[in-house]
Amino acid sequence: MTSRELILGRLRAALGATPTTPEAVARSYRPAGGAVDLDVLVHRLTDYRATVHRCSDGEVAQVVDAVLGGRRVVVPPGLPRRWLPDSVEVLTDDNLPTAEIAAADGVVTAAAVAVAETGTVILDAGVDQGRRLVTLLPDVHICVLRTDQVVAGVPDALARLGPDRPLTWISGPSATSDIELNRVEGVHGPRHLHVVIVPA
Amino acid sequence: MRIALFVTCLADTMFPEAAKATVRLLERLGHEVVFPQDQTCCGQMHINTGYPDDALRLVRRHVRAFAPYDVVVAPSGSCVGSVRHQHAMVARGAGDERLASRAEEVARRTYELSELLVDVLGVTDVGAFYTHRVTYQPTCHSLRMIRVGDKPLRLLRQVRGLDLVELPQAEQCCGFGGTFAVKNADTSTAMLADKMRHVLSTRADVCTAGDASCLMHIGGGLSRLRVGVRTVHLAEILASTEPTGDPAERARTGGVTA
Amino acid sequence: MSEIFLGMPATAPRGVGNLRGDEPFPVAARRSLADAQLRRNLGHATATIRAKSAAVIDEVPDWQELREAGRAIKTDVMARLPELLAQLEVAVTAAGGTVHWAADAVEANRIVTDLVRATGSDRVMKVKSMATQEIGLNEALEAAGIEAVETDLAELIVQLGRDKPSHILVPAIHRNRAEIREIFLREMPGVDPALTDEPAILAAAARRHLRRTFLSTRVAVSGANFAVAETGTLAVVESEGNGRMCLTLPDTLITVMGIEKLVPTWADLEVFLQLLPRASTGERMNPYTSMWTGVTPGDGPQEFHLVLLDNGRSAVLADEVGRQALHCIRCSACLNVCPVYERTGGHAYGSVYPGPIGAVLSPQLTGVEDNASLPYASSLCGACFDACPVMIDIPSILVHLRAQHTAAYRSDHRLPSAEAVTMAAAAYTMDHRPLYEAAQRAARASRFVGRRGGGLPPPLSGWTIGRDLPQPPPQTFREWWAQR
Ligand code: SF4
Repeated sequence: MTSRELILGRLRAALGATPTTPEAVARSYRPAGGAVDLDVLVHRLTDYRATVHRCSDGEVAQVVDAVLGGRRVVVPPGLPRRWLPDSVEVLTDDNLPTAEIAAADGVVTAAAVAVAETGTVILDAGVDQGRRLVTLLPDVHICVLRTDQVVAGVPDALARLGPDRPLTWISGPSATSDIELNRVEGVHGPRHLHVVIVPA
Repeated sequence: MRIALFVTCLADTMFPEAAKATVRLLERLGHEVVFPQDQTCCGQMHINTGYPDDALRLVRRHVRAFAPYDVVVAPSGSCVGSVRHQHAMVARGAGDERLASRAEEVARRTYELSELLVDVLGVTDVGAFYTHRVTYQPTCHSLRMIRVGDKPLRLLRQVRGLDLVELPQAEQCCGFGGTFAVKNADTSTAMLADKMRHVLSTRADVCTAGDASCLMHIGGGLSRLRVGVRTVHLAEILASTEPTGDPAERARTGGVTA
Repeated sequence: MSEIFLGMPATAPRGVGNLRGDEPFPVAARRSLADAQLRRNLGHATATIRAKSAAVIDEVPDWQELREAGRAIKTDVMARLPELLAQLEVAVTAAGGTVHWAADAVEANRIVTDLVRATGSDRVMKVKSMATQEIGLNEALEAAGIEAVETDLAELIVQLGRDKPSHILVPAIHRNRAEIREIFLREMPGVDPALTDEPAILAAAARRHLRRTFLSTRVAVSGANFAVAETGTLAVVESEGNGRMCLTLPDTLITVMGIEKLVPTWADLEVFLQLLPRASTGERMNPYTSMWTGVTPGDGPQEFHLVLLDNGRSAVLADEVGRQALHCIRCSACLNVCPVYERTGGHAYGSVYPGPIGAVLSPQLTGVEDNASLPYASSLCGACFDACPVMIDIPSILVHLRAQHTAAYRSDHRLPSAEAVTMAAAAYTMDHRPLYEAAQRAARASRFVGRRGGGLPPPLSGWTIGRDLPQPPPQTFREWWAQR
């Protein structure tokens, strides 16, 4: 008998005569489709120490310049080049060695979805967001978000996303609550998160 | 209204003043109180200590004693909690479905004192008079098991002469927990110490609650400290009226006196 | 693996893992209660988290509805566990992962050790995981010559301090910043001697210390917060980014997961991703949540193993009352509101699962007799039930396990315990009115019991440690009533 058969057998025995009819799940919590309030998103992002910039698409390069001008910046291959000022040294990630990404000063990406209520930006590893590690190793992450990517709550976000891509949900810079249960920003992930919100 | 008193074994034996006060209060409000003589103990201690089989006979006795009555009141949130949430479970555990449904019937008609007053009788001003600085300990089973909410506070706020002060961290357990206080005496004592610290910080001279058991625990601790703060059951405060000059009346304090 | 009862639900084996303490709860608790520093650290930390959590829970108008949905989904999962596990296996395999089944801690440790050996690596980095602590994986790896590096800050503090975890979420909750600084100064190679106890400085020291490990270790071991049966997706919820490091940087990822961690569908995540952060760290959302399905070509580990762990869970499932302990999403809210945990800390519980959930889960995983004192480590105040985001009725399970314990004692011993004799006698007395009334008179007559309980036999004398016994009144209520 394999352990698989053993465990499944044990579980069936454990359930015994109890009916295995699925429990009806009452979903009376707020469903997807709530109104999006950008101000809520901005409030929640800043509350968790992300820096928020609101500007036109044409002004993104200026923001990147102000934050990372003169520094080395990793970008995913599909990132719109117009977001990058001349002042940054661009490293496009077409399978860059990990050490090189770790040595960069910052990373600029787009996003897939953002959740207003929780102040969360979600990356789905699309071509303008890149492999998961590019947004992890550099100390500064600038994430450019279009307003039509913002949803009200968690149910909306899951409805827009799928299991076919790896997902990274980001709510503020890396932090820990491990010292006396207070939130302290800045452990292993980027210590600085900039969210640039542009009109759709 | 005809109301059956579920006195609880603890109040019957150790804290009769709380039970007498319940009778006086309800009679003052114009109701008839009856005392089913066959009642003894609801079996909560047995159930909570892991002896549901022993508790079964007490559940059966309780149901038999109270089945004839339309309204039952107990001056204890904890015992009402046991009747409501444990009696039918014990009966079912023993395979006695008939007893379980009868227990559920009795439970539906059983109220803790503040519930009876506010929800059933619809009064918050019971005409009481009590000139003390009082803090209220909600007690876990009243608060979380039967959810009396702010009913006791609404009753206390209407008592003339009473200075009600909020108890810090009121929702924290006093550490009694029945046999917990015996089996985990050190932890129980640590919890009690914090509860007493909070009671003392209110500078109240009376700590009240709807459960004689928790009051016994807190009162026993305060007594040891000799700090001059007493525990008095909620029923006794609500039963108190303007003194008549009768010394026997004034001497009625009850609870554990320091 | 049990040869005798093949296929019957089995408890976790003895001699491996960290589910059993060395001493009964009251004995261990006495030591913790005497540690003033520990008491202050715990009091401060739990009060902080209670306030934070209450504030963010207040923000959501549908908290009770979410709790109810969470409870219902988990009830459904338990009722269909075999089928959902099989579904998960198919989905993970289809996405390029490999699924392993571990009947108990011994088998899980062997599977992981073999998988690490096969990679040729002698070091693994780990994301905080209750399941791997439960089975004692680090000890097993060490015995096989493989170094296991804990990367979660609190786990690192525990590991460097040669300490034991004392909280599900914040294993080093019993340490304050000054103590953490001491541990870092003593144990962290190359640490700046000018290190202060500023939390941000301490976090930065951990960042520097672990960077090289992250970049050079080729195998990681993680747990999982959720697994979606329908899609094969795994989710890890974390704060620091150490989880992301472990989940994306190595070549090989091994995830060890208790079989109860399932949710049926992708959409079900919407319930738990709202419940968990607010109940656990008191945040609207934790800083990082990673979700992955099998292997993604060109992104992250190219080899993924999922180890499904029973280790006593089937025995928990077999108990209709206790089964709901498997609903636990390890948020630790019940610990943070527990008046007992707040005073004794987690070590007193002996098992890796402390607090209220530990008091009901550990005895069920091991069989109640191996953790017989835990079901009594509660005043049944009910704060845990109210705090639990998936509405586990912990007080009822505690009472249920107490009955199991007394029943087990009865069947294991020829003579009943002194307590059982007392209880039976009390029930008999109270079921006979004349005897009850006689006992009431006796209580009053007993003059040998002083206010301080002198004369009371143990354990009853314990109650009078810090309290006075009330004086029996001159008249019982029923005597008064009879005279009216
Ligand atoms: S039992 Fe409930 S409150 Fe406790 S850790 Fe588990 S999910 Fe959280």
